[in-house]
Amino acid sequence: MPNDTPVQNHVLGDDIIVIQNLFKQFGSVLAVCDFSLKVRRGEVVVIVGPSGSGKSTVLRCINHLEVPTDGAVYIDGVHLEDKKTDINAVRAEVGMVFQQFNLFGHLTVLENITLAQRLVRKRHRDEATSVARTQLERVGIPEKADSFPRQLSGGQQQRVAIARSLAMNPKIMLFDEPTSALDPEMIKEVLDVMLDLARGGMTMVVVTHEMGFARSAADRVVFMDQGCVVESAPPKVLFNDPQHDRTKLFLSKILSH
Amino acid sequence: MTGDIQAIKDDESRFQWRGFPWWLVAIISFLVLMLILILTNEDYRRAFNFIRGGFGSPQGLGTGGLESLIGTGITVTIYTTLVAFGIALFIGLFAGLGRISKNVAISNIAITYIEFIRGVPTLVLIFTVAFVIVPAVAELLGIPGQRISNNSRGIIALAVIYGAFLAEVFRAGIESVPHGQMEAARSLGLSGRQAMRHVILPQGIRNVLPALGNDFIAMLKDSSLVSVLAVRDLTQQARLYAGSTFRFRESYLVLTFLYLSMTIALSLLLRWYEKRLKQDAK
Repeated sequence: MPNDTPVQNHVLGDDIIVIQNLFKQFGSVLAVCDFSLKVRRGEVVVIVGPSGSGKSTVLRCINHLEVPTDGAVYIDGVHLEDKKTDINAVRAEVGMVFQQFNLFGHLTVLENITLAQRLVRKRHRDEATSVARTQLERVGIPEKADSFPRQLSGGQQQRVAIARSLAMNPKIMLFDEPTSALDPEMIKEVLDVMLDLARGGMTMVVVTHEMGFARSAADRVVFMDQGCVVESAPPKVLFNDPQHDRTKLFLSKILSH
Repeated sequence: MTGDIQAIKDDESRFQWRGFPWWLVAIISFLVLMLILILTNEDYRRAFNFIRGGFGSPQGLGTGGLESLIGTGITVTIYTTLVAFGIALFIGLFAGLGRISKNVAISNIAITYIEFIRGVPTLVLIFTVAFVIVPAVAELLGIPGQRISNNSRGIIALAVIYGAFLAEVFRAGIESVPHGQMEAARSLGLSGRQAMRHVILPQGIRNVLPALGNDFIAMLKDSSLVSVLAVRDLTQQARLYAGSTFRFRESYLVLTFLYLSMTIALSLLLRWYEKRLKQDAK
């Protein structure tokens, strides 16, 4: 029997993401220091913290875009750092939305959403197209199917990026500062889609500076500083009654307006 | 007020005056002058007809090999350039991908090839490839070396040389695509190879199409070097004509005319395409 059986058993419960003692070092900089987190199926976890606190790095370790220096990440019981793991199969189950949208510039909106369905999920063109149209409907821009990304506003591009991930029917959605590159008037349209998703029971890990979203959608808020978890609590507790001075300081800066 | 508008108008007209492509007028004048000479002057017409050469015929296929089918002069130049460029694109793409490979062995093989080619003069490489490398490889594969025509050797040499230059163009194209594109593709579950083929390369190649066009024009010119292998391309035809008639002026002016009309036409086409590309991006 493999010696990580306890974890496996635990994962077979409700925890779809298990991060154990994660370390990540870039050169001489320790970006993430002893980070552990368990996320239950259907839970929405929001990670907040100042710039450079390691939030994005943690998120990127969850789909192995970043390889941890030490520690382990399990997605649905699968150990990502295991060499035998088919990382592409895991990533197909874990959607990711980026700050810079990263839509494929040479493809139309529809082709952006069907590409991975056809290559990875092996869906037929007709099926992939129908899934894509459904997802575009869901994010509220069905009329943009044949546009190219550069013809869309930032908010529309980000909604297409969300639709592109959702079309893969992922078990988990990761959001890496999805509204940070948007003009203020477009933030709401993206947050509305995310709120909808959260209410629909999607497991989500979100790195954001939108405290309003954290308050209304998060089951748990994790506050990170300098690569470490400072505290982790439901939003009501963390925002209204923070336990640590660093959390208080951060919140006072970000909520003062 | 009206004075201001007048000043702006003056400015605009002056700008157009300056931006007018006088260089193109000069070059086209030269081409037209040459055309008139060829049409009216017997000596120029004879030189032109000889150098331009003729289309081949299948009759000689049994005895003279492929060359007799291609003909001589301009058909050889165009055939040589197109085939060599096609092969060079293929070599260049894989050498470019090898150059950025994470595999140390592959990337070093690619860099060795590129730097080797870049460090040796084109003319020297043509001799070396045609008379050393091709026979050696042919022997290795068990093909009788004499059966490989000089034109084919020239094409292989040009392809190998331009493959190295195109490799750098492809590499630049791939690197011009933002890293986020690769991350987005991989995060959707695409393998590295799928992401390269369906996401990175289509965008990267589009970014370097103008550069590839320039290299095509450069190759059309460098195809004249295969004349040293006695391949009967435009340049070799001109040398033959000049050598037998001593009409050097007619021969080489006609030769210049033929190359220049092809390269100018191609480079105007390329400028037009680039302009359209810029408009599309807006």
